Amino acid sequence: MSGDKQTSLHGLHVELGAKMVPFAGYDMPVQYPMGVLKEHLHCRAAAGLFDVSHMGQVLIRPKSGDVADAARALETLVPVDVLGLGEGRQRYGFFTNEAGGIEDDLMIANRGDHLFLVVNAACKDADFAHMQAGLGADCDLEMIEGRSLLALQGPAAEGALASLVPAATDMKFMDVAVLDWNGCELWISRSGYTGEDGYEISVPDGQAEELARALLALEAVEPIGLGARDSLRLEAGLCLYGNDIDSDTSPTEAALNWAIQKVRRTDGARAGGFPGADRILAELAGGAARKRVGLRPEGRAPMRGGTILFADETSTTPIGEVTSGGFGPTIQGPMSMGYVTAENATIGNTIYAELRGKRMAATLTKMPFTPANFKR
Amino acid sequence: MKFTEEHEWLEAEGDLVIVGITAYAAEQLGDLVFVELPDVGTEVAKDDEVVVIESVKAASDILAPLDGEIVEVNEALTDEPTKVNEDATGDGWMFKMKLTNPSDMDNLLDEDAYKALIA
Repeated sequence: MSGDKQTSLHGLHVELGAKMVPFAGYDMPVQYPMGVLKEHLHCRAAAGLFDVSHMGQVLIRPKSGDVADAARALETLVPVDVLGLGEGRQRYGFFTNEAGGIEDDLMIANRGDHLFLVVNAACKDADFAHMQAGLGADCDLEMIEGRSLLALQGPAAEGALASLVPAATDMKFMDVAVLDWNGCELWISRSGYTGEDGYEISVPDGQAEELARALLALEAVEPIGLGARDSLRLEAGLCLYGNDIDSDTSPTEAALNWAIQKVRRTDGARAGGFPGADRILAELAGGAARKRVGLRPEGRAPMRGGTILFADETSTTPIGEVTSGGFGPTIQGPMSMGYVTAENATIGNTIYAELRGKRMAATLTKMPFTPANFKR
Repeated sequence: MKFTEEHEWLEAEGDLVIVGITAYAAEQLGDLVFVELPDVGTEVAKDDEVVVIESVKAASDILAPLDGEIVEVNEALTDEPTKVNEDATGDGWMFKMKLTNPSDMDNLLDEDAYKALIA
């Protein structure tokens, strides 16, 4: 057997018949007997339960006791308005490096007297060290051990969770709350990474399996593996760190300008002050040389990560590369995202991918590929 | 029915053989999302790449199990690749070929030998 770590739901995954694979140092379910396509469609039609316990959960407590001090400290590492994030609210952000690239993307929540972060599994140790170095003087940091993280996603997620925790209904998209379930504290956010309404639920390890079983016992809820998680997030136009964004991609290249609020941009009250601000602010104003775009290939052949892109059927100079690609079960066809040079990045433009020695056409398409279904 | 170590099955139908991938292979690959079939009339040699398939996970090549000519392909798979997952040795067949040497079939694995291979 591998030396991979196990989440507290590992035994349940195996019992449910999951195919387990190594992922970011954990032995994780890639699919259950239902299979990736049906799991994907089930999540869009009803509700899917995901084990995302491999992700990092971090608490940032200000030494002063004032959450604004933690927010100001974190703003030195992320180009995001953390100070303006209201209590009980969450927002998307990313750590940047001095070259203006993205070190990881994350969710940041204001929980009144401290901040709560969820970061990617593969980056969590590096993120923690980075935060310890940057925030350690003003804040106490804690990498949460002993709590699992479940995601419940899909149009039936609200009804499913509300049957156990009625107050979950009152939460809006990107709200966070601490709610009781059978005497145990659940840290809930109304968010996720599928493009569907839903929740992410941090639960003590000791109660995680009981909560998962209670949700899976509901008619609407099926367990969903990493395979469908990937096709769901790709249909939703969401980046996978390490594929679609990495330490060499800037926020503007990655089409993530929306995540940098005005207050952190040039002429904002707290402009700059994060790693790589020179490049990032310049690109926010003037654009970048390449841009992340969505692609709909003609025909049915998927264009996967690493596929090289060209402006026409004959040119030998590449204009970019696919970073994620596969089949979209909801859109019933192939879909990709990738980077192309700015002059080729017009929506509706036809470009060509080299696939098994043949040039295949694809249309630049607005993302998400499927409409988002959030409860605003 | 005969089998190859590449997880294909072959079944004689008159003077032709029907070729597909085994249920075991389909299960390992996961749901298929794309099948590219060869042109009818193509002459193939054993181990030529004849079919491209893609599952939810990755692309794979299906090799010609023996020398011969492709005489028919299962066009239905183009629109419904998951037929291979649902019925690998039935509706999920991929192509029919006319073998150059029909006796080549004798050298392939029988069902017991294939079962031992995947056990």
